[in-house]
Amino acid sequence: MSEVVHGYRRPDPATQPPLNSPAYGSTAARHPKQPLLELPHTPTETSSPLFTAARYPELADLTVLENGAGQAMGERIIVGGRLTDEDGRPVRHAMVEVWQANAAGRYNHEGDTHDAPLDPNFLGRGRVFTDENGFYRYVTIRPGAYPWRNHHNAWRPNHIHYSLFGSGFAQRMITQMYFPGDPLLPLDPIFNTVSDEAARNRLVSTFDLELTQPERALGYRFDIVLRGREATPMEDDHHD
Amino acid sequence: MTDATTSRASNATPELAPSEATMERLVASAHQTAGPYWHLVDFPEWADTTRHFADNLPEGGQRITVTGVVRDGTGAPVTDALVEIWHADPAGRYPDGNGDPTAFQGYGRCATDKEGRFRFVTLKPGPVPVGPHAGANAMQAPHMAVALFARGLLQHLSTRLYFEGEALNETDPVLRAVPEARRGTMIAKPAGNGAWTLDLRLQGEGETVWMAV
Repeated sequence: MSEVVHGYRRPDPATQPPLNSPAYGSTAARHPKQPLLELPHTPTETSSPLFTAARYPELADLTVLENGAGQAMGERIIVGGRLTDEDGRPVRHAMVEVWQANAAGRYNHEGDTHDAPLDPNFLGRGRVFTDENGFYRYVTIRPGAYPWRNHHNAWRPNHIHYSLFGSGFAQRMITQMYFPGDPLLPLDPIFNTVSDEAARNRLVSTFDLELTQPERALGYRFDIVLRGREATPMEDDHHD
Repeated sequence: MTDATTSRASNATPELAPSEATMERLVASAHQTAGPYWHLVDFPEWADTTRHFADNLPEGGQRITVTGVVRDGTGAPVTDALVEIWHADPAGRYPDGNGDPTAFQGYGRCATDKEGRFRFVTLKPGPVPVGPHAGANAMQAPHMAVALFARGLLQHLSTRLYFEGEALNETDPVLRAVPEARRGTMIAKPAGNGAWTLDLRLQGEGETVWMAV
């Protein structure tokens, strides 16, 4: 049974990146200069599209093409974690989309002109759904670092892009997962736009022996938290 | 998602039913830019929300197109943007979350082209209740949520698209919260035969009213 959700809590700004960030050059002409209008949450914001694997088939192993021919080059890894809201409620049956560069640091995209080899066996996109407890998991290749011309000698740390939907469109989020110990993290203007250190570090996955499979691949855990519901006197927590 | 590792991981952490006693307090993850290569998860057919229905559209469904050009602060077209829409069905209803996969869903995704243009095919939404706190008779004018992702946007930008000529535009609480001089940045104009247009301006002259959702 669905319960009535009145809205979602507003984030602490220190835990989210600003729209204007001079260190990240592309924000200069793209950030709004007028103040944002605070939108009250209505059914448009508290409802969300429903995605099912029947209509949006899973692509849970990025290391093999659908025709089964060939294997992607690079270090195979298993990535998994849990999608919840700020109250720890699992986000069930949610679609998780991921995309990334290949092991050499090149995207399978016409706009990427970095002089690194494309891998004909790696498209760099995946789609999985969370289970009853909010867990997701996929198999991929550890992405390489790549240069991006934001400043002299600028290199993006290894990362995987994530696109997420919750139960309300106000929970919509795109983020990036990073890797532990990456020496580029302290130098990266995008990662460092999040001023709160703990919030920033929550974007870094952790090595996970439970997810690691013997003779197959290392596992990395990345939990993701969507906005929590605004408390209301009407709220009934026993049905979700 | 069915192999042994996933099962073990799931079993290792039994679900905690949230209650006031056990409620965890987590902090929402930080957004990060979609970057310029999000097209790897773009599927052009997603720009047509009617694609699952053929001619069997929901009752009262009026097929429309919504197009526009996205421009940055210099007036240059934004050619790498991901535009998403989310809106109610022609009767003003949203899916109830209980998972009827055959119900109409007003969700679309579209990449801007070399001219910065997006184009959706969808059904014109009906008026939507303001919400459970506002009484059954308080209605919002027909509208769409619009989310815009791109390189240079560390969080996505959000606005709403309304339709010129709707009587409810005069009383819509969101439109009324916007200074009159800027409301036009949220109101699509008709171009005939069910075509509607609204340009989006990230910054500068005619800047769209962007919202903290």
